[in-house]
Amino acid sequence: MNAKRKQRLYLILGLVVLAAIAVGLTLYSLSSNINLFFSPAQIASGEAPQDRQIRAGGMVKAGSVHRDSESLDVSFVVTDYESDLEVRYSGILPDLFREGQGVVVVGELNGSGLLRADQVLAKHDENYMPPEVAEALKGKMPTGTIDE
Amino acid sequence: MLDKIIPEIGHFALILALLMATLQATVPLAGAATRRPLWMAFARPMASGQFLFLLLAYLCLTASFMIDDFSVAYVANNSNSMLPWYYKFSAVWGSHEGSVLLWSLLMGGWGFAVSRFSAQLPRDMLARVLGVMGWVSVGFILFILITSNPFERLLPDVPQDGADLNPLLQDFGLIIHPPMLYMGYVGFSVVFAFAIAALLGGRLDAAWTRWARPWTNIAWAFLTVGIALGSWWAYYELGWGGWWFWDPVENASLLPWLAGTALMHSLAVTEKRGSFKSWTVLLAIITFSLSLLGTFLVRSGVLTSVHAFANDPARGTFILVLLGLTVGLSLLIFALRAPRVSHIVGFSWLSRDALLLANNILLVIMTVTVLLGTVYPLLLDALGMGKISVGPPYFNTLFVPLTVLLCIVMGLGPVARWKRMPGRELFRRLVWAGLGALVLAAVLPLLYTGEWNLWVSLGLATALWLVLSLMRDLTDKLRNASSPGAGLRRLTPAYWGMWLGHLGLAVTIVGVTVVSHYNVERNVRMAPGDSVEVAGYTFTMQELRERRGPNFIADTATIAVSQAGEHAFTMHPEKRLYLARGMPMTDVALRPGLLRDLYVAMGEDLGDGAWALRIQYKPFVRWLWLGGLLMALGGIVAVVDRRYRRVRETAAQARFEEAQA
Repeated sequence: MNAKRKQRLYLILGLVVLAAIAVGLTLYSLSSNINLFFSPAQIASGEAPQDRQIRAGGMVKAGSVHRDSESLDVSFVVTDYESDLEVRYSGILPDLFREGQGVVVVGELNGSGLLRADQVLAKHDENYMPPEVAEALKGKMPTGTIDE
Repeated sequence: MLDKIIPEIGHFALILALLMATLQATVPLAGAATRRPLWMAFARPMASGQFLFLLLAYLCLTASFMIDDFSVAYVANNSNSMLPWYYKFSAVWGSHEGSVLLWSLLMGGWGFAVSRFSAQLPRDMLARVLGVMGWVSVGFILFILITSNPFERLLPDVPQDGADLNPLLQDFGLIIHPPMLYMGYVGFSVVFAFAIAALLGGRLDAAWTRWARPWTNIAWAFLTVGIALGSWWAYYELGWGGWWFWDPVENASLLPWLAGTALMHSLAVTEKRGSFKSWTVLLAIITFSLSLLGTFLVRSGVLTSVHAFANDPARGTFILVLLGLTVGLSLLIFALRAPRVSHIVGFSWLSRDALLLANNILLVIMTVTVLLGTVYPLLLDALGMGKISVGPPYFNTLFVPLTVLLCIVMGLGPVARWKRMPGRELFRRLVWAGLGALVLAAVLPLLYTGEWNLWVSLGLATALWLVLSLMRDLTDKLRNASSPGAGLRRLTPAYWGMWLGHLGLAVTIVGVTVVSHYNVERNVRMAPGDSVEVAGYTFTMQELRERRGPNFIADTATIAVSQAGEHAFTMHPEKRLYLARGMPMTDVALRPGLLRDLYVAMGEDLGDGAWALRIQYKPFVRWLWLGGLLMALGGIVAVVDRRYRRVRETAAQARFEEAQA
């Protein structure tokens, strides 16, 4: 093997090793960082895993928001008009969080079917409906349609 | 009466611009293929005309905003008679239709600039470059006219008043962030056009890269500033104090930036050494394609964010087709015309060439990583395989180690020589920089907080390694000259550009590292009279009151801040309610500083006169954007290098003499 070939062999080996490392790291972090979306109905039927970060979404049920009077703890119910999901959160809710609005929550389910949210996302525009929520609500909305 | 037909004038101007872009896209290319000077000469006047009429269309839309012509649907949806004039001005690009018009205007502007400043280009090259840019313009103007016409009227039922601009966008950040970002996106079309023109003309030599480099640098600098501004805007406007969320829209702007950074470096290799030729062309195509992909992601409504204005599927389809055509055609041209057997310019394993190759590989891996994390959820969704989202940890686990690797190479690169560099000499010159970086990085966290933190040390070591190796290189260069003054004079702007750019990255890394690890955030419940201590500062709520702004009402808190031994000051966070849309907004109170920001945002009214407040202490957060500005400055400084200008001066001289004769 002449010097030039040898050099090229090293180059190719180096590239393969780098690519392998990159692919490995990517797969590893993808597998541990994918959050699946579940609707309240799916959660009620036990489709969602426990103690693993998931996303859930629906409408905030009217009259379900309760603030603790001492701390920043808050609880509310997210519904898809089929099943309800109780959510606990501690912190500041987004500006556009309101009863009767679509939200997405990110957090972990505990054994009793309650979701501890690390993040509550309401959208930046008052007309806006998160697409996952729109999908989850399709055909279940009591009045009117959602995809206007 | 004339003011009644302004939108029609704008619409008509847009159609004329389309016609001119079509001529610009066809005649010069045909002329270059058949060697007809007259046809090729079409390129420059058509580029000027296209720009002129786009400008006219744009000004007409601006005028419609300024005179509150709510018969124009776009104005009615995005403005309001109470909106201050400067927001009316920036509302033009506040939503979908207008921002695509701005995109096209800037595209025309870049084409115009190329036609003005490229007197030294061979005639057929210029014809081809402008022709390719013409095609891109045709695509986008057609997109406006077919799917997103901003001049559409609401007749005869003209609304009394407009729906107002989204309050999130009523901000200085919005006035400048999109134009900067678009300048970057669109600017990459120039190097793309140069690359395609070089392929078409079969002239894949170093010359095209020399012409394309200044354009690439400027576009890259704009994109850098645009991204930094976007991060800054998210930081103070969204009320969460986050400066980067790995949001798909942010990723969409990061993708062309990463590819563009790789492109700048591979252009350098191609110009200086004549190697990486095909690769550079490919990167130019990839970079612009990623700009288009970014536009598609943001404009098509497949993403959900503040940027996703449109949900009209026709628009998404149109851009997707445009993207597909651009990528497909340019790769086809590449496959047909790229040099089959490129002669191999040899270089040793330890040389600047090899280090820049490593830089390119790493940057491409980073690009692919971000692309995967951004597009994977969209693909799964499109294939009906479930809705997922990829969280920030994915990006962080991949990005941090890759950045560290990249920076190790970056420290070596400027010191190493082209072609070959003896390992011993490289070691001798950089061993102190390396050791210094490690020792300082180990000690600094201890001095700063009294606690050692591996991740902070890693980040600081990376940044210090960059800075110290740059310093070492600079002092070596000065020492080798007869006097330091003479040494300074001998350094080229290109060198300073590199120096500043790399320094900027180091500054940004320091900012990212420190603010990520030493950020203090407290969410507290406060009523007037309450106090809370955060990071050594005492925050006391003095009073709560209501205030009326031009188009909103606000709850304003007065927060007194004091620190032992430091003068006290007050901060005024607000929660605003914008009247036209009934939309609440958080107006953050900031106390910026080079070493720390204090950040107070009002959360929600908890009743009983108490509010939820988010108080944050953000050390070194300004360094993030300062670094971005330094990088952009580096990109600009490198452009003034004499080697780009010399040719131009002689060409201008020749033209001048021609005119005299």
